[in-house]
Amino acid sequence: MPQSYRLQGKGRLTPAKGLRFSFDGKHYSGLQGDTLASALLANGVHLVGRSFKYHRPRGFLSAGAEEPNALVTVQRDAARKTPNVRATVQELYDGLDAHSQNRWPSLSFDVGAVNDLAGSMFSAGFYYKTFMWPKSAWKNVYEPKIRAAAGLGVSPDQPDPDHYSARFAHCEVLVIGGGAAGIAAARAAAESGLRVILADEQAELGGALRFESGASIDGMDGWSWAQEAARSLAGMPNVRVLTRTTAFGYYAQNFVGLVERVSDHLASPGGALPRERLWQVRAKRVVLATGAIERHLVFAENDRPGIMLASAARAYLNHNGVAVGRNVGIYTAGDSGYAAAIDLKKAGAGVAAIVDLRDNPTGALVDEARSLGIEINHGRAVVRTAGKLRVSSMTIRPKNGGAERTIAVDALLMSAGWTPSVHLFSQSRGRLAFDAESRRFLPSDYAQDCVAVGACNGTETLEATVAEASKAGEQAAKAAGGKTAKAVAPKVDASESWAGGMVGSGPGAGPDDTVKAFVDFQNDVTAKDIRLAVREGMRSIEHVKRFTTNGMATDQGKTSNMHGLAIAADALGKEIPQVGLTTFRPPYTPVTFGAIIGHARGPLFDPTRRTAIHPWAEANGAVFEDVGQWKRAWYFPRQGEDMHAAVNRECETVRKAAGLFDASTLGKIEVVGPDAAKFMELMYTNPWEKLEAGRCRYGIMLREDGFIYDDGVVGRLAADRFHVTTTTGGAARVMNMMEDYLQTEFPHLNVWLTSISEQWAVIAVQGPKSREIIEPLVEGIDMSDGAMPHMSVREGKICGVPTRLFRMSFTGDRGFEVNVPADYGQAVWEALWAEGRKHGACAYGTEAMHVLRAEKGYIIVGQDTDGTVTPSDAGLDWAIGKKKTDFVGIRGLTRPDLVAKGRKQLVGLKTKDPNVVLEEGAQIVADPRQPVPMTMIGHVTSSYWSQNCGRSIALALVAGGQGRMGETLYVPMPDRTIEVEVTGMVFFDEAGGRLHG
Amino acid sequence: MLLIRCPYCEQDLPELEFRNAGEAHVVRSGNLVAESDEDFERFLFIRENPKGIIYERWRHIHGCGRFFNAVRNTVSDKFLMTYKAGEKKPESLPGDAK
Repeated sequence: MPQSYRLQGKGRLTPAKGLRFSFDGKHYSGLQGDTLASALLANGVHLVGRSFKYHRPRGFLSAGAEEPNALVTVQRDAARKTPNVRATVQELYDGLDAHSQNRWPSLSFDVGAVNDLAGSMFSAGFYYKTFMWPKSAWKNVYEPKIRAAAGLGVSPDQPDPDHYSARFAHCEVLVIGGGAAGIAAARAAAESGLRVILADEQAELGGALRFESGASIDGMDGWSWAQEAARSLAGMPNVRVLTRTTAFGYYAQNFVGLVERVSDHLASPGGALPRERLWQVRAKRVVLATGAIERHLVFAENDRPGIMLASAARAYLNHNGVAVGRNVGIYTAGDSGYAAAIDLKKAGAGVAAIVDLRDNPTGALVDEARSLGIEINHGRAVVRTAGKLRVSSMTIRPKNGGAERTIAVDALLMSAGWTPSVHLFSQSRGRLAFDAESRRFLPSDYAQDCVAVGACNGTETLEATVAEASKAGEQAAKAAGGKTAKAVAPKVDASESWAGGMVGSGPGAGPDDTVKAFVDFQNDVTAKDIRLAVREGMRSIEHVKRFTTNGMATDQGKTSNMHGLAIAADALGKEIPQVGLTTFRPPYTPVTFGAIIGHARGPLFDPTRRTAIHPWAEANGAVFEDVGQWKRAWYFPRQGEDMHAAVNRECETVRKAAGLFDASTLGKIEVVGPDAAKFMELMYTNPWEKLEAGRCRYGIMLREDGFIYDDGVVGRLAADRFHVTTTTGGAARVMNMMEDYLQTEFPHLNVWLTSISEQWAVIAVQGPKSREIIEPLVEGIDMSDGAMPHMSVREGKICGVPTRLFRMSFTGDRGFEVNVPADYGQAVWEALWAEGRKHGACAYGTEAMHVLRAEKGYIIVGQDTDGTVTPSDAGLDWAIGKKKTDFVGIRGLTRPDLVAKGRKQLVGLKTKDPNVVLEEGAQIVADPRQPVPMTMIGHVTSSYWSQNCGRSIALALVAGGQGRMGETLYVPMPDRTIEVEVTGMVFFDEAGGRLHG
Repeated sequence: MLLIRCPYCEQDLPELEFRNAGEAHVVRSGNLVAESDEDFERFLFIRENPKGIIYERWRHIHGCGRFFNAVRNTVSDKFLMTYKAGEKKPESLPGDAK
């Protein structure tokens, strides 16, 4: 298909490689260097989307990142479907496959357009007011229907197969924006030799020089100068030029987020390149050269395809060589419209007429337009347009009323003036001030080490811009510690101005309430919606914004905010600064989740911790469970066993013979130093001073409020050395709390703390045969009961490697925990396993461990306690050193509520029917016949089937539980009420003889 | 992301390396058991939560591991200074302490 709107010899792309692409299944051709928008326009395609709410036909408004209308889905394959891509930003590549959105059955015939006819119903606040009853219908009926009818593109339904990279970068000067201002600032800063980063969202530097035909710098036309400057900057070793890179967020202390689109413009990106790269830049100084964005005019039916910004049409013409029409109308409130008309006329495109809101426009551009024979209608306004899928005419009349006249057009360009892009400045928490003369918000008070230059600072000519920017670049480098000669500003030979314009609604926007004069194209907000919001009582611009959704679409109101504000101010009878400005928030333009997540997905989302023995467990069929970041062997099913059968067998085997259990995940902290015992006395409730070296003690750690924080067995290896174990989940926080007290409350104590959790692998060997299994492998340790009783620790060797051998038990049977350096963990495990097999031992997992400890009433902190349980509540009063005068939590324990009667206390529960296993978390009541809601007196904390007891067992926190022994309580469940008897917490070997024999 | 100066490392480092540890200068009594309920309540529960200058503790947890004190403006989120644990609350503050 010919590109019939591509003008021979115009633009900068020819001679360029031809590319093929498709839009809604139809094939077109374009040129290398096109955007999807310019390529479609070259083919005369203006209709590219349907609007959000009214499903009105829409075309391209802009030629850049501010685009509200031309959102398409770009599809590479089944998984690579990117919705809401701005066609004005997407670079063309060979084979690009794009689709329009929010239309059914087709873009040119869209059933949803019925909304437009019923438009008077869909005023601002319509949804809030209409879909109120019944309440439940909002979630189930209204919202899903509305969301299906309104909206943008459809999210991809497959995992994103692309990868995204992330980098941190540091520089002395970060320049954001690569137009004339940014280039001049970067060049001046780079002279210092300091690190400079220049980031620009476009594929090439140049900014507004892309469309300004009237700029000339250093003897070159503006665009050529920019490309020359880009080449010389890229060649400097201290400068990094990032194109296709958007600075989307300005955070504290000059921390700026950039997203670089690495491969979205390539036909075949291949697997090696990331799709996008997130740059997190910390800069000493930031230069904001973010330019300005042209505003449209607000008049009736200003949204038809073919109606666009004057600067956009210039970009398509001067850069891409594309005429947006053959009979183009121009509606302007300043000189910018004239420049577009002149460019088009000179390029041979027909210009129907200029309509100028000003009464007596004068100046060089006006004269030039007139001399080219262009019709100028001054003091007039466009009040209406016609055309179904593309604008076909504009109707004009004197702005203060009078006879109407209709002029045929095939495109209509608008320019209401320019809005400085102060988004990033505002994100930096700088304060904006309203300049009454130019009717612009401009940077006023800086909050960070940055400076705004050029159009975003309200500077109006190219000469002033490059002079200001060069100085700013030089000063930024100086402030960042660089030495630089006085920067020579580029010499501007010719320049365009972007002064003038108007904000608010034009004469063609009412004041009546019938016309649709769009302010915010993406959210379909019209001037009358904003007036309605004010009439309904919205006074703050923040309320007006939320009621109308003006500026809340993905374009964040880049073209609409100032108009909306001015219309609201007008309706309120206030000045713009009195109404205030809505807050600018990151991101400047939408950022993909992929870019933010980077590599942190799948297995890299969170670290997975595996013990030294993990490979053995895996090879031996273990089923794993996640415990924090750890993978722990849960149970070891044999052929044909389900979990229940495996756990029953493991529990029985441990008590009959022995079992091996990987306890390596236990937290371990070595407390060393002359004051180690004193420190332990302060951190734990128990007494430690008199614990002999070689002995162990079960320790409880409280918080200052008196509640249990952690527990574990502590071995005293020497007078000045303790081997402390913590719960698996508590390792890091216990270490942190110990460090906190040691550094800040007890700094006089001479103690060192070392985390040794990952240095020692721990193999628990539990059961009556445990000693026989270990003994043959051990050197230098007498393991007899006399020499090594329960709760003792010895150092020696096992399998020839060092060991800290604990005699301790979390099963209630004779047991040992073999600590060996982690590197030897699996080898020693395998040696123990070989010995164990001789004695009928099994490997057991965390589930059997839980059952076995519950049979003995051993608590698990965090399961049987919940941060409101005291040692007394847990039946652990005995672990508090009664003669101690200080430890963490000692005062908290005497708080009135902690010694009050009726506290929830840990008890055992036996179901009346031994085969019924309670649900953990189930609530407990005293009287099941009371009306709902019942008075709940506690809950089940642990509950298992115990094969060794031949019945179910449970632990529970019950109000006044220790005084309820033998009482019958009830556990109401959805289908029945379960009777339980309150018992002690020990269900197996109550006398405890098995620990020792 | 804030930059925080570790007074032990004597370097400005990214916030990622640090963890807040609550209000500073909350003194634990050397004779806690003898404290009245009121005094203990003040020690355990009552915190300033000011709008403006806050004295707070931070830990350089992914660095040297030390706890230290910082003065931060909760409105601007700016750190005015940091100092070592155990040092007295500064009598005057640098810069824009409003």
